[in-house]
Amino acid sequence: MSKYLLDKFLYTIDRDPQLVERYREDPRGTVGWWEAEQANVIIGCHEGERSTWLKFSDAERDALASHDYAKLFGLGAHPFLTLTLFIGMFERDYAEPLAFQREYAARLSDFTLPYPDIAT
Amino acid sequence: MATVAAVIASTHHPFYLRASTATGDDRPPFADEWVAKIMAFRETLTRARPDVLVMVGSDHFHQIWLDNMPQFLVGKAPFYDANFYNEEREFGLPRMFLRGHEELSEYVLRHGIDAGFDLAFSNELRVDHSITCPIITLRPQADLPIVPVYTNIFAPPMPQPARFVELGKAIRRLVEEWPSDQRVAIVGTGHLSLELGGPRQFGPHGPDPEFDRKAVSWIASGDVKSALAEVSLDSLWEPGNATHGFMDFLLMMGAAGENVAADYADYLDLFHTMEAYFTWYPNGVDSL
Repeated sequence: MSKYLLDKFLYTIDRDPQLVERYREDPRGTVGWWEAEQANVIIGCHEGERSTWLKFSDAERDALASHDYAKLFGLGAHPFLTLTLFIGMFERDYAEPLAFQREYAARLSDFTLPYPDIAT
Repeated sequence: MATVAAVIASTHHPFYLRASTATGDDRPPFADEWVAKIMAFRETLTRARPDVLVMVGSDHFHQIWLDNMPQFLVGKAPFYDANFYNEEREFGLPRMFLRGHEELSEYVLRHGIDAGFDLAFSNELRVDHSITCPIITLRPQADLPIVPVYTNIFAPPMPQPARFVELGKAIRRLVEEWPSDQRVAIVGTGHLSLELGGPRQFGPHGPDPEFDRKAVSWIASGDVKSALAEVSLDSLWEPGNATHGFMDFLLMMGAAGENVAADYADYLDLFHTMEAYFTWYPNGVDSL
């Protein structure tokens, strides 16, 4: 389990317009590239000074690679990060305002309190 | 000594700018009422004639990240760029540029640390919509220098609710002790019940109207004791998974003073969340 790394993926993709498009179009390829090249970058350090130990569990990798935001919620990814990124990728495909957000809520309707723990 | 000209607490709703400027078919049915309430709320700051704004908010994973997470952070910079690409993308918020007030930042940091708050600081801080939403609603000309204060209401482990109240009291005291003739408004934004990225998000109103009703009552009456008796880090998940933002209201209740009723209180039941607006004049309305 590496909720931190799930969040790091969502965070670093969401803040980069090109990566948002790349993840929208090619989720599995983007996740593979990111885990190999970016997962161990320490954001506040020079790129040469990397971590060496960060990797996804199979369930986490698969949830990201399949754009499965309900599964990400279940895995304890930070819901704000997931929501923001997925709105950025998919809101445009819906004609009505907030239609994507409401579908998103409906897809999570099986979750009841307490929600999965998001502590990292 | 400086004067606390006003203490102002509100929700921050990133859709306000878009809703209030939309025209024709794009203009939501609630926009006119919302704008009227914001105009009245804005007047409560304007009439206080502030020179400086201490602005309490919370970064939404923009510059502040989990590899280096401060609980409370004070900006100390001559300028603050503001808003991020994903806020432009989702909310239509413009890039903004705000002046800082380094002298007051330095005072708050030095004396806040000496008072027992191990405050983090930033000399290069890009602030996000938790700071810019109240600029847009309360001071759209963005002409006053600011001291940003960021709190962690977002990433567990978070400080206890009572700690937010204590920090609010300390900020109020520090501003009052600051050797200056400036008029300072302490402005902070948080949330009532709110769900983001969960099954109760974007409903016809906030996820827990009963919590909202109680919270508005606590804030308007300055009832810190009841608020702290009813909320905890664990309980705040229940009204909605982003309801820890209520702790920024608790901070502002500390700044306003325990059992001090707001001089101005208003609210608006919107889709998705309840908006709420409060202003206190520590020296009395007659002093304005």
